[in-house]
Amino acid sequence: MDLHTLTLTALQARLRSGDCSAVDALEALEQRIAHVDPKVGGYLSRNFQTARAEAERADVSLPLGGIPIAIKDVINVQGEPCTAASKILSNYTAPYNATVINKLRAAGAIPFGRLNLDEFAMGSSTENSAIQRTANPWDLTRIPGGSSGGSAAVVAADEAFASLGSDTGGSIRQPASLCGCVGMKPTYGRVSRFGLIAFASSLDQIGPFTKTVEDSARMLSVLAGRDPQDSTSLELPAEDFTRLVGRDIKGLKIGMPKEYFIEGIDPQVDAAVRAAVRQYESLGAEIVEVSLPHTEYAVAVYYIIATAEASANLARYDGVRYGRRAEEVRNLQDLYIRSRSEGFGEEVKRRIILGTYVLSSGYYDAYYLRAQKVRTLIRQDFSRAFEKVDALICPTSPETAFKIGDRSDDPMKMYLADIFTIATNLAGIPGLSLPCGFAQVDGRPLPIGVQLLGKPLEEANLFQIAHAYEQSTPWHKARPTL
Amino acid sequence: MSDKLDVRYTAQLARLELSEAEATRFQTQLSQVLVYVEKLREVNVEDVEPTAHSSALHNVFREDAPRDWFTSEEALQNAPRQANHLIIVPKVIE
Repeated sequence: MDLHTLTLTALQARLRSGDCSAVDALEALEQRIAHVDPKVGGYLSRNFQTARAEAERADVSLPLGGIPIAIKDVINVQGEPCTAASKILSNYTAPYNATVINKLRAAGAIPFGRLNLDEFAMGSSTENSAIQRTANPWDLTRIPGGSSGGSAAVVAADEAFASLGSDTGGSIRQPASLCGCVGMKPTYGRVSRFGLIAFASSLDQIGPFTKTVEDSARMLSVLAGRDPQDSTSLELPAEDFTRLVGRDIKGLKIGMPKEYFIEGIDPQVDAAVRAAVRQYESLGAEIVEVSLPHTEYAVAVYYIIATAEASANLARYDGVRYGRRAEEVRNLQDLYIRSRSEGFGEEVKRRIILGTYVLSSGYYDAYYLRAQKVRTLIRQDFSRAFEKVDALICPTSPETAFKIGDRSDDPMKMYLADIFTIATNLAGIPGLSLPCGFAQVDGRPLPIGVQLLGKPLEEANLFQIAHAYEQSTPWHKARPTL
Repeated sequence: MSDKLDVRYTAQLARLELSEAEATRFQTQLSQVLVYVEKLREVNVEDVEPTAHSSALHNVFREDAPRDWFTSEEALQNAPRQANHLIIVPKVIE
């Protein structure tokens, strides 16, 4: 069996039994990447030399000992580039490690390789990368989703055992759905954001991409925890998120939010998600219809709050302390303006302008304050629903992967791709996408994802519920032909 | 609300300069987005508290104690222009 096809859990068993070494695993990935990444385009860079040195002295008794993990290029790894797929950071070298990187290393994992994304994580297709295109491994003419398109594509293509992404409005779950892997966005505050290049600080959260639910739970067990460097990270005891994996789900109540089963969803997606609901029924769960009445406002709230926060966060790119600086400027003001205008891509500029507008004098109350109030109503919708049910089930994305180039001229249409994932970030609750079938499009199979949403801090229950479905269906075993 | 968006003026507030083509495109696209977000006006938000954050955190303090962090070399390693442990910028005072 080829090592690169193993799940993280299966690889770990082999490493511990001595059937293979961490160097073998790394070499298997290296070959796989050389073979398929010219087609997929998930990796921006990789450093096998350093990784090999770490693999040679790996302690496989540690929680992720000897396991290589690929990293979205928006998370700082000391001494490596961190471009955010933007020209403005093209010559930046990270001077420190993100907390999640320190945690991975402490657990014995080997962070290697930098993954493509939409510039500054702004987008739903990875087409906004200023560096390269990434293709969906199931159909190379289609997008992998975004913004963590590279993170999803390399796991789906067996070019990584697991990867890290970040999710501000669906940027982990949507690409996981479109590429056919497991993507997890933890509760806001569960994982430290220190060292994550900020997009919208009240929404951003780091999470794992994996081939299975159990792998995802293992990853989160390492990533989670209070960090004094991130004042929004929560003070909570360490948890083994695999502890409920394998328990049956008889009697658990799963809610179907009626606002997430609406017209306009691709019929094959709708059918697959409804089949997943029936599967849950046959596993002994009780399905309850619930309502989240403010769902239709989530996209509007998000594009006010996220762009407002982004306009403030991206003010730091001024060409002075780091990043690209414009040449031959007239004065300091000119240096700021030209460095930013030359360094940022179109979608980033568009969002900075929108965010600046909604925060500007005279419009703050009408847009930003009102959006924050509707955000409260969206959170309350979830709290009420979770009084009745243990988790919610719905589609991750209203559609399967679209063709590269299909949406790039219509930002509003692109924004609506996140319609089912955005409310989760506004409410701060955990969400997970896992494979639930395939659509047949132009004679090819395209993955479909089902999304499970949980109560704040109840990720362990979410993994239990997701694992029960996954193990009773064949979808997680399917792989693209490359 | 949306008729008031002046893309060039707002870009200037954000220290961005747009090409003719960008300005025209953004004006149309962002006006569409602003029309879309107008739907928030139909929501009754009377007596609703705004949410800045999903966790109920207020001020978080740490001990005001010195600790090791970047050396000046490390802090300056990404500076586009530097000399004598300082960042060089265009002349600010005439």
